[in-house]
Amino acid sequence: MRQGFLYQNPSVLWFLAALGLFTVSVVMLSEVTGVAVVSTSFVKTLGKTLCLCLVAIAMDVVWGYCGILSLGHFAFFGIGGYAIGMWLMYARTEMIVLGSLEGQVIPPTPQEVSDAIGNQIFGVVGSSEFPLIWAFADSLFLQLLMVVLVPGLLALVFGWLAFRSRVTGVYLSILTQAMTLALSLYLFQNDSGLRGNNGLSGLQNIPGFEATSQAAISVVFFVASAVALGAGYVFFAWVVSGKMGSVIKGIRDNEARVRFLGYHVESYKLFVFTITAVVSGLAGALYYPQAGIINPGEIAPIASIYLAVWVAIGGRGRLYGAVIGAAFVSLLSSWFTGGGAPDIPLGFYTIQWTDWWLVLLGVSFVAVTLFFPKGIGGLFDYLVRKP
Amino acid sequence: MAMLLEVSGVSVSFDGFRAINNLSINFAEPELRAIIGPNGAGKTTFMDIVTGKTKPDEGTVIWGERNISLLGMSESQIAMEGIGRKFQKPTVFEAQTVRQNLALALHNPRGPFAVLTHRRTAKNAARIEAIADEIGLTGSLTRTAGELSHGQKQWLEIGMLLAQEPRLLLVDEPAAGMTVEEREKTTDILRRAAKTRAVVVVEHDMEFVRRLGCKVTVLHEGSVLAEGSLDHVTSNQTVIDVYLGRAHA
Repeated sequence: MRQGFLYQNPSVLWFLAALGLFTVSVVMLSEVTGVAVVSTSFVKTLGKTLCLCLVAIAMDVVWGYCGILSLGHFAFFGIGGYAIGMWLMYARTEMIVLGSLEGQVIPPTPQEVSDAIGNQIFGVVGSSEFPLIWAFADSLFLQLLMVVLVPGLLALVFGWLAFRSRVTGVYLSILTQAMTLALSLYLFQNDSGLRGNNGLSGLQNIPGFEATSQAAISVVFFVASAVALGAGYVFFAWVVSGKMGSVIKGIRDNEARVRFLGYHVESYKLFVFTITAVVSGLAGALYYPQAGIINPGEIAPIASIYLAVWVAIGGRGRLYGAVIGAAFVSLLSSWFTGGGAPDIPLGFYTIQWTDWWLVLLGVSFVAVTLFFPKGIGGLFDYLVRKP
Repeated sequence: MAMLLEVSGVSVSFDGFRAINNLSINFAEPELRAIIGPNGAGKTTFMDIVTGKTKPDEGTVIWGERNISLLGMSESQIAMEGIGRKFQKPTVFEAQTVRQNLALALHNPRGPFAVLTHRRTAKNAARIEAIADEIGLTGSLTRTAGELSHGQKQWLEIGMLLAQEPRLLLVDEPAAGMTVEEREKTTDILRRAAKTRAVVVVEHDMEFVRRLGCKVTVLHEGSVLAEGSLDHVTSNQTVIDVYLGRAHA
């Protein structure tokens, strides 16, 4: 069956080949092999970009294939990041605390250790108590489970309430924006238990690998991100092919017809919404250890809108389009906003790209929507002749 | 002849306007029936009620041998009970092929996990071939539905309904926008379908109804005005006054 699936979807093989080639090239050129053409910080940027590509294909499945314009999928991405960040921060702080308490005449009690860790983590928000949500933070396994469960359950409950009431179109988009805004505002509070606007930091330091160089860690995360993207791509390509793809594309194009054919449309929407939320969470869990820091600003409503912009520019309704859009726009964005693009002096005014990039992005978005609805990915249609 | 669907005493109002007013109507199995009536007579609202899209304010809708009530069931549950509905405007999935459209409609488990793990079978393929043959689209199976002509889309939608294997087929203005030959073919498809199931056709076009050659129900202001053969109802003075008279004026 797998053979048949790949045979029917040759683009999946092309994508995997390109991704594999890219991954091997970057690793060969990284500082780990000594070639060092690609710097460690750029390996991290590329690794993060792959995670953004993964959340973009999830967005493409929910929007481009199923027609649900969710403007809240970055919230799931952020939750995944927070979930893994809690373990990273806890385990590392525990190690530091144990190190500093070592050699004392009276061995510290578990309570003292716990208080010291709490003090270290929550000192910035004037607290030392562990909130309830940190109950599993000492276990990597349980926190990894949270990476999947929390976004999944949130999407399940939110989606169930929204789809059951037949909220569709722009109303659903607004509702998802409200969800991510509410979550972000909540996390900004100091008593949310996740360090308020400080967020979680030091996530690039992996507990137990203090002796390992960041160059090596960055390559490991880069490869892991590439594997996750490849696996996510194959998984979603499988979901949207065959009969499931037929049903969800039918829902996108004519929901009522699907309903009168006897399909319970709400279940399908919920299914798509939830699996894409889980994948978004996984992408976030791989992204933030590479970014090193997560704070509530990451899941501000604008982040989810960017996600939709990437998918639109890349070409929705085709998975590689989402990948191209996310990679292209996010890399371009960091080039423009990171001072990479030279300012344009006009004599009377100087265009500084840090300010004007958003204008350029907005104009491109409008232009693509109006003139190239198929996006960048649509260019491939010219390459592949129809049989 | 046992009744397949019994609608009795059904009323529904929208913002004070009584779209359906104490409507009672029954269908047997098999049966071919035409429903005619002027605009606003409640034909589409009647279909909405039977298929679960609209909940009536009062009355009962009883289905099948087990006499179950369709009120309170969702659209998809009603569809799975065996009621298929064709919309006025042809609604097929234009981005997908004719084969995919038919495969989607085939009578198979409808749950997300059954669909996700669905495998193509020879039985399903044969079924699709048979339906394509019935609606005259055998040569178009691999074409995208969006490329089909208006008439072909109408047939495809009827084919999708047949694939659902319904016991009751509600067909809203199947002949709208069709050429004479296309109409004839549509009549044939519907007449054949009605040999084994109940087919209810809502139609404006008198010629088309005449060609169907079946029992006719005239709706007016949300209730049944007259019922019988086309000749019988068209000779009814009230029918002439409210409908035919106006149309011929």
